[in-house]
Amino acid sequence: MGDTVTAGSPPRAPDPRYRVVAGPEGYLSPAAAAMGIELPDEGYSLVEGESISDSLAPDIIAERLLEARNPTLFPGPLVLWGWSDASIRKARALQELVAEVPGMKMIPMPDYRPKYPKIDPAIEINPNHPNLTIWHNEIDVCVFAGVHCHFANIALKIIRSGTDCYTIALCGERGHEDAMVTMRDAGDVKVASITAAVRRLKAGGHDA
Amino acid sequence: MDVIKPAPGFEDILPLEYQELVADGPYGRSLGVKDLGTFKELIEDHPLCAGCNLTLSFRLLLASLPKPEDTLIVTTAGCFGVIHPQIALHASIAPFGTQNAFASGLTRAMRIRFPEKQKDVITIGGDGSFADIGMAPTTHSWFRGEKFASFMLDNECYANTGGQASGMTPEGVVLNMAPKGKSFDKIPFVEIAKLAGCAYVATASPTKPRQVESMVRRAILVAREVGPTFVRLACVCATNYKLTPIEAHRKSKELVSQTDEYMTEAAREYLESLEGAA
Repeated sequence: MGDTVTAGSPPRAPDPRYRVVAGPEGYLSPAAAAMGIELPDEGYSLVEGESISDSLAPDIIAERLLEARNPTLFPGPLVLWGWSDASIRKARALQELVAEVPGMKMIPMPDYRPKYPKIDPAIEINPNHPNLTIWHNEIDVCVFAGVHCHFANIALKIIRSGTDCYTIALCGERGHEDAMVTMRDAGDVKVASITAAVRRLKAGGHDA
Repeated sequence: MDVIKPAPGFEDILPLEYQELVADGPYGRSLGVKDLGTFKELIEDHPLCAGCNLTLSFRLLLASLPKPEDTLIVTTAGCFGVIHPQIALHASIAPFGTQNAFASGLTRAMRIRFPEKQKDVITIGGDGSFADIGMAPTTHSWFRGEKFASFMLDNECYANTGGQASGMTPEGVVLNMAPKGKSFDKIPFVEIAKLAGCAYVATASPTKPRQVESMVRRAILVAREVGPTFVRLACVCATNYKLTPIEAHRKSKELVSQTDEYMTEAAREYLESLEGAA
C-alpha cells in the first residue's frame, strides 16, 4: 500500500527509468507526459524520451527508416492540403524523403472522423484505430507529419499500446513525447535534413 | 475560384471521395436541390443510418445555400456532428448547445473582417442543442437580434446517445431510454422563436425539397439584413422510433402537413424587394 496516492500527497516524481520505446505496452499504457517525459526545448529533439540536439536527430531517424522492413509515412491534413506556402514546401520535402527511402510508402490520415464500422486500412489510417492499419500493413516504422497535435497524441499512444511499431513524429509545433523520436518545429528544412541524412547513409553503404 | 486543394504530389493518395469534394464541390456554382446528384456536397461513405431523414434534411439544406463558398456553418454535438467534416463547405463544431453563442461572435467577426463581402453564418443543430441544453444561448442570440440563420434538424429525440426523450419529443412517445413514455408535451419552440424576436420562422419537411430550398434561402437572406431567423426541419428518427425509412419519411411528411411560415413586416418587405427584383 506504500504507493497509494491520497488527497494531499505530494505529486509523484517522474520515473527516471521510463523510456518511450516500441510496444506493445498494454491496453492502457500511460501517457509519456504522465511518466515525466517533457517536450523538447527549442533546438532539441526527443529520442525515446531523452532530449538530444536537433543536429543528431536526422541521422537517428534516417537509420531507423533505412533499417525498417516496411517504413511508412502517415501524412495528416496539415500537409495533405495546400493551406499555405509553408505547408506545400513541407509536403514536397516529405515526398522527397519518401522517394529517397527504399520501399517507403504513404498512407494518408485525411481527417479524424469516426468511420465505424468499416475502414480500409490499406487506403487510409483511422486515428481512432491506427493499430488496424499497422497490423494490416505490418508497418514496423511509421512517420507522422502534418497531423493535428491532439489527434497525433492519442494515435501515437494507441500505437505504442497495441503494436511494436517504432513511431517518429515530425511536428510543426512542440513535438510529441508519445513518439519514440520526435522533432519539433519540423518544417521543410528539418525534413530535408532527414532526407540528406538518408542520402549520406546510403552513400556510406547503409541500406535496408 | 481559388479553393483549398490537395498539396501538389498528394492528390493521388487522397481517398477518391476527397478528390471529388474538390473537383465536384458546390463552390462558385449556382446550384439548388434540383441539381442534387450532379455535384458533391457530402461524401457517400458517411456513417449515419441508412434511410435517415436527418441526413436527407442536411443534404437539402446544403444544396439550398445561396452562396456556399461564403457560408460558414456552425454545428454542435448530434448525429450531424459526425458528418460535418465530410462536406465540401466551411464548418466548425461548437460545444454542445452553444452553437448560437459561437455564431454570434463569428458573425460579428466576419462583418469586421470582410466589410465589403457578405458572409453567411448559419447554425445547424438538433432539437436538444436548440430546445434543451442550448435553449439559453439560442434564445439570447435572438433577443440580442444577432443576424444569422438557425436550422434545427428536429428528429424528436436524442438519437446518437441511444434514444432519450428530448424536449421536442411529443408527449407519450416511448423510446429506448424513455420506457414510460415522454411525460410532457413537445416544447412549442417555433412559437418561442417568434416571441424571441426572429424575423423569419418556418417549419419544413424533407419530403418537400423545393419548399425546404425556398425556406432555407429566405431564412439566410432575411438574416443578412433584417434579423435572426429560424427554420425547423421535421425529420423524425427512423432508428429510435423503430420505423422503416419509408415510414419515417411518411411521418416526417405528416408532421408538416401544411406550410408553416411566419415573417415580420420588415422581412416581408425585404423579401418582396429581392424576389420582385429577381
